[in-house]
Amino acid sequence: MRTFGALIWRDVLLGMRASGGAALSASFFALIVVLMPFGLGPEVTVLKAAAPGMFWVAALLATLLGLERVLQPDAEDGTLDLLRLSSLPLELVVVAKIAAHWLTSGFIISLIAPLLAPFLSLEGDAVWILALSLFLGTPGLSAIGAAAAALGTSVQRGGMVLAILVLPLNIPFLIFGSSAVATAQLNENPTQALIFLTACSLLALVVGPIAAAAALRLNED
Amino acid sequence: MRLVAEGLAALRGERIVFRNIAFDVGAGQALVLHGPNGSGKTTLLRVIAGLLGVMAGRLGLFDDNGDALTDERRDQSLHLIGHQDALRSQLRIYETLQFHAALLGAPVGKIDEAIDAWGLAPFIDLGGGLLSAGQRRRVSLARLTLQHRPLWLLDEPLVALDALTRSRLNEACRKHLETGGLIVAASHEPFLGDRHTLSLGKHI
Repeated sequence: MRTFGALIWRDVLLGMRASGGAALSASFFALIVVLMPFGLGPEVTVLKAAAPGMFWVAALLATLLGLERVLQPDAEDGTLDLLRLSSLPLELVVVAKIAAHWLTSGFIISLIAPLLAPFLSLEGDAVWILALSLFLGTPGLSAIGAAAAALGTSVQRGGMVLAILVLPLNIPFLIFGSSAVATAQLNENPTQALIFLTACSLLALVVGPIAAAAALRLNED
Repeated sequence: MRLVAEGLAALRGERIVFRNIAFDVGAGQALVLHGPNGSGKTTLLRVIAGLLGVMAGRLGLFDDNGDALTDERRDQSLHLIGHQDALRSQLRIYETLQFHAALLGAPVGKIDEAIDAWGLAPFIDLGGGLLSAGQRRRVSLARLTLQHRPLWLLDEPLVALDALTRSRLNEACRKHLETGGLIVAASHEPFLGDRHTLSLGKHI
Protein backbone atom coordinates (compact mmCIF):
# COMPACT_ATOMS: atom_id res chain seq x y z
CA MET A 1 0.00 0.00 0.00
CA ARG A 2 2.86 2.31 0.88
CA THR A 3 4.57 1.42 -2.38
CA PHE A 4 1.37 2.17 -4.29
CA GLY A 5 0.96 5.54 -2.58
CA ALA A 6 4.64 6.42 -3.04
CA LEU A 7 4.42 5.70 -6.76
CA ILE A 8 1.35 7.93 -7.19
CA TRP A 9 2.98 10.68 -5.15
CA ARG A 10 6.20 10.53 -7.16
CA ASP A 11 4.36 10.59 -10.49
CA VAL A 12 2.15 13.49 -9.39
CA LEU A 13 5.26 15.40 -8.27
CA LEU A 14 6.88 14.71 -11.64
CA GLY A 15 3.66 15.69 -13.40
CA MET A 16 3.46 19.01 -11.57
CA ARG A 17 7.15 19.82 -12.15
CA ALA A 18 7.78 18.50 -15.65
CA SER A 19 7.37 20.92 -18.51
CA GLY A 20 4.96 18.62 -20.36
CA GLY A 21 2.88 17.98 -17.27
CA ALA A 22 -0.24 19.18 -15.51
CA ALA A 23 0.14 22.86 -16.35
CA LEU A 24 0.52 22.14 -20.06
CA SER A 25 -2.47 19.81 -20.14
CA ALA A 26 -4.74 22.27 -18.30
CA SER A 27 -3.68 25.31 -20.30
CA PHE A 28 -3.99 23.39 -23.57
CA PHE A 29 -7.56 22.50 -22.62
CA ALA A 30 -8.33 26.11 -21.68
CA LEU A 31 -6.78 27.43 -24.89
CA ILE A 32 -8.81 25.18 -27.18
CA VAL A 33 -12.02 26.29 -25.45
CA VAL A 34 -11.07 29.95 -25.46
CA LEU A 35 -10.05 29.89 -29.15
CA MET A 36 -13.22 28.16 -30.26
CA PRO A 37 -15.53 31.24 -30.26
CA PHE A 38 -13.05 33.03 -32.54
CA GLY A 39 -13.45 30.28 -35.07
CA LEU A 40 -17.17 29.72 -34.71
CA GLY A 41 -18.25 33.36 -34.47
CA PRO A 42 -20.23 35.09 -31.73
CA GLU A 43 -23.61 33.51 -32.54
CA VAL A 44 -24.90 32.16 -29.20
CA THR A 45 -27.00 29.38 -30.69
CA VAL A 46 -24.02 28.08 -32.67
CA LEU A 47 -21.77 28.16 -29.61
CA LYS A 48 -24.38 26.43 -27.50
CA ALA A 49 -24.83 23.68 -30.04
CA ALA A 50 -21.07 23.16 -30.35
CA ALA A 51 -20.24 23.42 -26.64
CA PRO A 52 -20.70 19.78 -25.47
CA GLY A 53 -18.69 18.30 -28.31
CA MET A 54 -16.02 20.98 -28.18
CA PHE A 55 -15.43 20.59 -24.46
CA TRP A 56 -15.08 16.85 -24.84
CA VAL A 57 -12.80 17.02 -27.87
CA ALA A 58 -10.64 19.48 -25.95
CA ALA A 59 -10.54 17.09 -22.98
CA LEU A 60 -9.59 14.17 -25.23
CA LEU A 61 -6.69 16.08 -26.74
CA ALA A 62 -5.53 17.54 -23.44
CA THR A 63 -5.39 14.16 -21.68
CA LEU A 64 -3.40 12.83 -24.63
CA LEU A 65 -0.59 15.25 -23.89
CA GLY A 66 0.81 13.69 -20.76
CA LEU A 67 0.69 10.10 -21.98
CA GLU A 68 4.27 10.05 -23.18
CA ARG A 69 5.33 10.75 -19.61
CA VAL A 70 3.42 7.83 -18.13
CA LEU A 71 5.76 4.93 -18.91
CA GLN A 72 8.30 5.95 -21.56
CA PRO A 73 10.74 7.80 -19.26
CA ASP A 74 10.56 5.02 -16.66
CA ALA A 75 11.38 2.44 -19.30
CA GLU A 76 14.34 4.54 -20.44
CA ASP A 77 15.86 5.37 -17.07
CA GLY A 78 15.52 1.95 -15.43
CA THR A 79 12.73 2.86 -13.00
CA LEU A 80 10.56 0.26 -14.69
CA ASP A 81 13.03 -2.48 -13.70
CA LEU A 82 12.81 -1.33 -10.09
CA LEU A 83 9.03 -1.35 -10.29
CA ARG A 84 9.07 -4.87 -11.69
CA LEU A 85 11.34 -5.99 -8.85
CA SER A 86 9.12 -4.38 -6.19
CA SER A 87 6.38 -6.12 -4.23
CA LEU A 88 3.72 -4.35 -6.28
CA PRO A 89 2.19 -6.42 -9.11
CA LEU A 90 2.74 -4.82 -12.50
CA GLU A 91 -1.02 -4.35 -12.93
CA LEU A 92 -1.16 -2.23 -9.77
CA VAL A 93 1.90 -0.30 -10.92
CA VAL A 94 -0.11 0.65 -13.98
CA VAL A 95 -3.16 1.53 -11.85
CA ALA A 96 -0.96 3.91 -9.84
CA LYS A 97 0.37 5.39 -13.07
CA ILE A 98 -3.19 5.89 -14.36
CA ALA A 99 -4.21 7.54 -11.09
CA ALA A 100 -1.25 9.92 -11.22
CA HIS A 101 -1.89 10.76 -14.87
CA TRP A 102 -5.55 11.42 -14.15
CA LEU A 103 -4.78 13.63 -11.14
CA THR A 104 -2.49 15.76 -13.29
CA SER A 105 -4.76 15.90 -16.33
CA GLY A 106 -8.42 14.79 -16.29
CA PHE A 107 -9.07 15.75 -12.69
CA ILE A 108 -7.71 19.27 -13.15
CA ILE A 109 -9.62 19.61 -16.42
CA SER A 110 -12.90 18.66 -14.73
CA LEU A 111 -12.19 21.32 -12.10
CA ILE A 112 -11.48 24.16 -14.53
CA ALA A 113 -14.16 23.25 -17.09
CA PRO A 114 -16.98 25.13 -15.23
CA LEU A 115 -14.85 28.28 -15.26
CA LEU A 116 -14.57 28.06 -19.03
CA ALA A 117 -18.28 27.38 -19.62
CA PRO A 118 -19.17 31.02 -20.45
CA PHE A 119 -16.80 31.00 -23.45
CA LEU A 120 -19.13 28.56 -25.22
CA SER A 121 -22.34 29.94 -23.63
CA LEU A 122 -22.88 26.85 -21.57
CA GLU A 123 -25.32 27.70 -18.80
CA GLY A 124 -27.33 26.32 -15.91
CA ASP A 125 -27.20 22.66 -14.92
CA ALA A 126 -25.29 21.76 -18.08
CA VAL A 127 -22.18 23.39 -16.54
CA TRP A 128 -22.22 20.99 -13.63
CA ILE A 129 -23.10 18.03 -15.81
CA LEU A 130 -20.06 18.92 -17.94
CA ALA A 131 -17.81 18.88 -14.87
CA LEU A 132 -19.39 15.64 -13.66
CA SER A 133 -19.09 13.95 -17.05
CA LEU A 134 -15.42 14.93 -17.31
CA PHE A 135 -14.85 13.70 -13.75
CA LEU A 136 -16.43 10.32 -14.55
CA GLY A 137 -15.05 9.91 -18.06
CA THR A 138 -11.44 11.10 -17.91
CA PRO A 139 -10.20 8.22 -15.67
CA GLY A 140 -11.13 5.90 -18.53
CA LEU A 141 -9.21 8.10 -20.97
CA SER A 142 -6.13 7.82 -18.75
CA ALA A 143 -6.55 4.04 -18.54
CA ILE A 144 -6.79 3.58 -22.32
CA GLY A 145 -3.88 5.97 -22.69
CA ALA A 146 -1.74 3.98 -20.26
CA ALA A 147 -2.34 0.77 -22.20
CA ALA A 148 -1.30 2.51 -25.41
CA ALA A 149 1.69 4.07 -23.65
CA ALA A 150 2.79 0.60 -22.53
CA LEU A 151 2.66 -0.60 -26.12
CA GLY A 152 4.54 2.56 -27.11
CA THR A 153 7.49 1.98 -24.76
CA SER A 154 9.18 -0.05 -27.47
CA VAL A 155 8.82 2.83 -29.92
CA GLN A 156 11.20 5.70 -29.30
CA ARG A 157 9.39 9.03 -29.14
CA GLY A 158 6.13 7.37 -30.03
CA GLY A 159 3.98 10.43 -29.36
CA MET A 160 2.05 10.48 -32.62
CA VAL A 161 1.74 6.70 -32.65
CA LEU A 162 0.11 7.02 -29.24
CA ALA A 163 -2.40 9.54 -30.54
CA ILE A 164 -3.38 7.29 -33.43
CA LEU A 165 -3.77 4.30 -31.11
CA VAL A 166 -5.70 6.13 -28.43
CA LEU A 167 -8.11 8.47 -30.17
CA PRO A 168 -10.31 5.85 -31.92
CA LEU A 169 -10.74 4.01 -28.62
CA ASN A 170 -11.91 7.24 -27.02
CA ILE A 171 -14.92 7.66 -29.33
CA PRO A 172 -17.45 6.14 -26.86
CA PHE A 173 -16.33 8.63 -24.22
CA LEU A 174 -16.82 11.47 -26.68
CA ILE A 175 -20.31 10.26 -27.62
CA PHE A 176 -21.65 9.66 -24.13
CA GLY A 177 -19.83 12.58 -22.52
CA SER A 178 -21.05 15.17 -24.97
CA SER A 179 -24.55 13.69 -25.15
CA ALA A 180 -24.83 13.96 -21.36
CA VAL A 181 -24.02 17.66 -21.57
CA ALA A 182 -26.29 18.19 -24.59
CA THR A 183 -29.17 16.49 -22.77
CA ALA A 184 -28.66 18.73 -19.76
CA GLN A 185 -28.73 21.76 -22.08
CA LEU A 186 -32.25 20.71 -23.09
CA ASN A 187 -33.18 20.52 -19.41
CA GLU A 188 -33.67 16.79 -19.68
CA ASN A 189 -32.28 14.07 -17.48
CA PRO A 190 -28.69 13.14 -18.48
CA THR A 191 -28.47 10.13 -16.15
CA GLN A 192 -28.57 7.55 -18.93
CA ALA A 193 -25.63 8.99 -20.83
CA LEU A 194 -23.71 9.45 -17.60
CA ILE A 195 -24.25 5.80 -16.69
CA PHE A 196 -22.97 4.66 -20.09
CA LEU A 197 -20.02 7.01 -19.73
CA THR A 198 -19.19 5.60 -16.30
CA ALA A 199 -19.52 2.07 -17.65
CA CYS A 200 -16.99 2.86 -20.42
CA SER A 201 -14.68 4.36 -17.82
CA LEU A 202 -14.93 1.34 -15.49
CA LEU A 203 -14.39 -1.08 -18.35
CA ALA A 204 -11.28 0.82 -19.43
CA LEU A 205 -10.02 0.89 -15.83
CA VAL A 206 -10.26 -2.89 -15.62
CA VAL A 207 -8.94 -3.79 -19.06
CA GLY A 208 -6.36 -1.00 -19.34
CA PRO A 209 -4.04 -2.07 -16.50
CA ILE A 210 -4.15 -5.74 -17.51
CA ALA A 211 -3.39 -4.91 -21.14
CA ALA A 212 -0.65 -2.45 -20.16
CA ALA A 213 1.04 -4.92 -17.81
CA ALA A 214 0.96 -7.61 -20.50
CA ALA A 215 2.45 -5.19 -23.03
CA LEU A 216 5.24 -4.21 -20.62
CA ARG A 217 6.16 -7.85 -20.01
CA LEU A 218 6.12 -8.50 -23.75
CA ASN A 219 8.29 -5.51 -24.62
CA GLU A 220 11.22 -6.81 -22.65
CA ASP A 221 11.84 -9.92 -24.77
CA MET B 1 20.22 -19.08 -0.61
CA ARG B 2 21.63 -20.68 -3.71
CA LEU B 3 21.62 -19.70 -7.38
CA VAL B 4 22.03 -22.49 -9.91
CA ALA B 5 22.14 -22.39 -13.69
CA GLU B 6 22.49 -25.27 -16.14
CA GLY B 7 22.87 -25.08 -19.90
CA LEU B 8 21.53 -21.54 -19.89
CA ALA B 9 21.03 -19.72 -23.20
CA ALA B 10 19.46 -16.37 -23.96
CA LEU B 11 18.26 -14.61 -27.04
CA ARG B 12 18.39 -10.88 -27.75
CA GLY B 13 16.53 -9.97 -30.88
CA GLU B 14 17.53 -12.61 -33.40
CA ARG B 15 20.88 -13.36 -31.87
CA ILE B 16 21.93 -15.93 -29.29
CA VAL B 17 24.07 -13.91 -26.89
CA PHE B 18 25.27 -16.83 -24.84
CA ARG B 19 24.56 -20.51 -24.45
CA ASN B 20 25.57 -23.44 -22.34
CA ILE B 21 26.21 -21.33 -19.28
CA ALA B 22 26.41 -23.17 -15.98
CA PHE B 23 27.21 -21.94 -12.49
CA ASP B 24 26.38 -22.65 -8.89
CA VAL B 25 26.62 -19.79 -6.41
CA GLY B 26 26.00 -20.58 -2.76
CA ALA B 27 25.64 -18.47 0.36
CA GLY B 28 28.63 -16.21 0.91
CA GLN B 29 29.91 -16.69 -2.65
CA ALA B 30 30.51 -14.24 -5.43
CA LEU B 31 30.60 -14.83 -9.16
CA VAL B 32 32.32 -12.28 -11.37
CA LEU B 33 31.39 -12.25 -15.05
CA HIS B 34 34.07 -11.30 -17.54
CA GLY B 35 33.89 -10.97 -21.28
CA PRO B 36 34.17 -8.51 -24.13
CA ASN B 37 31.49 -5.91 -24.92
CA GLY B 38 28.36 -7.57 -26.19
CA SER B 39 29.19 -10.97 -24.74
CA GLY B 40 25.96 -10.98 -22.73
CA LYS B 41 27.02 -9.97 -19.22
CA THR B 42 24.16 -7.51 -18.76
CA THR B 43 21.76 -9.93 -20.44
CA LEU B 44 22.76 -12.68 -18.02
CA LEU B 45 22.19 -10.40 -15.03
CA ARG B 46 18.76 -9.43 -16.37
CA VAL B 47 17.94 -13.08 -16.96
CA ILE B 48 18.88 -13.89 -13.37
CA ALA B 49 16.69 -11.01 -12.21
CA GLY B 50 13.78 -12.48 -14.13
CA LEU B 51 13.48 -9.40 -16.36
CA LEU B 52 14.36 -11.44 -19.44
CA GLY B 53 13.21 -14.92 -20.29
CA VAL B 54 15.57 -17.84 -20.86
CA MET B 55 15.68 -19.50 -24.25
CA ALA B 56 17.02 -22.82 -23.04
CA GLY B 57 18.43 -24.35 -19.91
CA ARG B 58 17.46 -23.98 -16.29
CA LEU B 59 17.89 -21.24 -13.78
CA GLY B 60 16.80 -21.49 -10.20
CA LEU B 61 17.07 -19.54 -7.00
CA PHE B 62 16.67 -21.74 -3.93
CA ASP B 63 16.14 -20.81 -0.31
CA ASP B 64 18.05 -22.37 2.59
CA ASN B 65 15.68 -25.34 2.69
CA GLY B 66 16.41 -26.11 -0.95
CA ASP B 67 12.99 -24.97 -2.17
CA ALA B 68 12.83 -23.03 -5.42
CA LEU B 69 11.68 -19.44 -4.98
CA THR B 70 8.52 -18.29 -6.72
CA ASP B 71 8.84 -15.43 -9.19
CA GLU B 72 7.37 -13.05 -6.65
CA ARG B 73 9.78 -14.05 -3.89
CA ARG B 74 12.69 -13.94 -6.32
CA ASP B 75 11.81 -10.36 -7.25
CA GLN B 76 12.01 -9.41 -3.59
CA SER B 77 15.22 -11.32 -2.91
CA LEU B 78 17.51 -9.41 -5.21
CA HIS B 79 18.98 -6.03 -6.01
CA LEU B 80 19.88 -5.16 -9.60
CA ILE B 81 22.27 -2.24 -9.87
CA GLY B 82 22.65 -1.53 -13.57
CA HIS B 83 23.73 1.22 -15.91
CA GLN B 84 20.41 3.00 -15.63
CA ASP B 85 20.17 4.89 -12.38
CA ALA B 86 16.47 5.77 -12.32
CA LEU B 87 17.07 9.46 -11.58
CA ARG B 88 14.98 12.39 -12.81
CA SER B 89 16.00 16.00 -13.03
CA GLN B 90 12.61 17.01 -11.58
CA LEU B 91 13.09 14.93 -8.43
CA ARG B 92 15.55 15.81 -5.70
CA ILE B 93 17.88 13.02 -4.62
CA TYR B 94 16.20 12.81 -1.23
CA GLU B 95 12.82 12.38 -2.88
CA THR B 96 14.29 9.70 -5.13
CA LEU B 97 15.66 7.85 -2.11
CA GLN B 98 12.27 8.09 -0.39
CA PHE B 99 10.68 6.61 -3.49
CA HIS B 100 13.24 3.82 -3.75
CA ALA B 101 12.84 3.06 -0.02
CA ALA B 102 9.09 2.73 -0.54
CA LEU B 103 9.58 0.43 -3.55
CA LEU B 104 11.91 -1.76 -1.52
CA GLY B 105 9.66 -1.71 1.54
CA ALA B 106 12.49 -0.22 3.57
CA PRO B 107 11.86 1.68 6.81
CA VAL B 108 12.23 5.46 6.48
CA GLY B 109 15.07 5.45 9.03
CA LYS B 110 17.22 3.51 6.58
CA ILE B 111 17.35 6.51 4.24
CA ASP B 112 19.71 8.43 6.53
CA GLU B 113 21.84 5.34 6.97
CA ALA B 114 22.14 4.98 3.20
CA ILE B 115 23.03 8.67 2.83
CA ASP B 116 25.88 8.23 5.32
CA ALA B 117 27.05 4.92 3.90
CA TRP B 118 27.52 6.27 0.36
CA GLY B 119 28.36 9.90 1.15
CA LEU B 120 25.29 11.36 -0.54
CA ALA B 121 24.83 14.28 1.88
CA PRO B 122 26.47 16.99 -0.27
CA PHE B 123 24.01 16.59 -3.16
CA ILE B 124 20.91 15.36 -1.37
CA ASP B 125 18.87 18.45 -2.33
CA LEU B 126 19.92 18.60 -5.96
CA GLY B 127 17.82 17.40 -8.86
CA GLY B 128 18.97 14.18 -10.50
CA GLY B 129 20.06 15.99 -13.66
CA LEU B 130 22.86 17.87 -11.92
CA LEU B 131 24.81 14.86 -10.71
CA SER B 132 28.01 13.45 -12.18
CA ALA B 133 28.14 9.87 -13.42
CA GLY B 134 29.85 8.69 -10.24
CA GLN B 135 27.36 10.51 -8.01
CA ARG B 136 24.46 9.00 -9.94
CA ARG B 137 25.96 5.56 -9.47
CA ARG B 138 26.31 6.19 -5.72
CA VAL B 139 22.59 6.95 -5.47
CA SER B 140 21.91 3.58 -7.12
CA LEU B 141 24.30 1.81 -4.77
CA ALA B 142 22.41 3.33 -1.83
CA ARG B 143 19.62 0.85 -2.59
CA LEU B 144 21.93 -1.91 -1.33
CA THR B 145 21.88 -0.24 2.09
CA LEU B 146 18.20 0.70 2.08
CA GLN B 147 16.97 -2.87 2.19
CA HIS B 148 18.69 -6.17 2.83
CA ARG B 149 18.22 -8.55 -0.05
CA PRO B 150 20.34 -11.69 -0.28
CA LEU B 151 21.27 -11.61 -3.97
CA TRP B 152 23.12 -8.63 -5.41
CA LEU B 153 23.36 -8.33 -9.19
CA LEU B 154 25.92 -5.66 -9.99
CA ASP B 155 26.49 -4.52 -13.57
CA GLU B 156 29.89 -2.85 -13.96
CA PRO B 157 29.74 -1.58 -10.37
CA LEU B 158 33.14 0.12 -10.46
CA VAL B 159 32.50 2.32 -13.49
CA ALA B 160 32.77 6.05 -12.73
CA LEU B 161 33.38 5.50 -9.02
CA ASP B 162 36.16 7.35 -7.19
CA ALA B 163 38.69 5.56 -4.98
CA LEU B 164 36.79 6.22 -1.75
CA THR B 165 33.52 4.86 -3.12
CA ARG B 166 35.28 1.85 -4.60
CA SER B 167 36.63 0.94 -1.19
CA ARG B 168 33.18 1.53 0.32
CA LEU B 169 31.67 -0.79 -2.27
CA ASN B 170 34.31 -3.45 -1.71
CA GLU B 171 33.72 -3.21 2.02
CA ALA B 172 29.94 -3.47 1.58
CA CYS B 173 30.36 -6.51 -0.68
CA ARG B 174 32.75 -8.17 1.76
CA LYS B 175 30.25 -7.70 4.60
CA HIS B 176 27.40 -8.94 2.43
CA LEU B 177 29.29 -12.13 1.61
CA GLU B 178 30.31 -12.66 5.24
CA THR B 179 26.67 -12.57 6.29
CA GLY B 180 25.73 -15.21 3.75
CA GLY B 181 24.78 -13.02 0.83
CA LEU B 182 25.32 -13.78 -2.85
CA ILE B 183 26.85 -11.51 -5.46
CA VAL B 184 26.91 -11.83 -9.22
CA ALA B 185 28.84 -8.99 -10.79
CA ALA B 186 29.79 -8.13 -14.34
CA SER B 187 33.09 -6.31 -14.55
CA HIS B 188 35.88 -5.48 -16.94
CA GLU B 189 38.17 -4.77 -14.03
CA PRO B 190 39.30 -7.10 -11.26
CA PHE B 191 36.54 -7.14 -8.67
CA LEU B 192 36.15 -8.86 -5.29
CA GLY B 193 39.54 -10.54 -5.67
CA ASP B 194 37.99 -12.52 -8.54
CA ARG B 195 37.23 -15.54 -6.38
CA HIS B 196 35.00 -17.20 -8.94
CA THR B 197 34.88 -15.96 -12.45
CA LEU B 198 32.86 -16.89 -15.48
CA SER B 199 34.06 -15.87 -18.92
CA LEU B 200 31.38 -15.13 -21.43
CA GLY B 201 31.82 -14.76 -25.14
CA LYS B 202 33.96 -17.75 -25.98
CA HIS B 203 31.24 -20.37 -25.71
CA ILE B 204 29.76 -19.39 -29.02
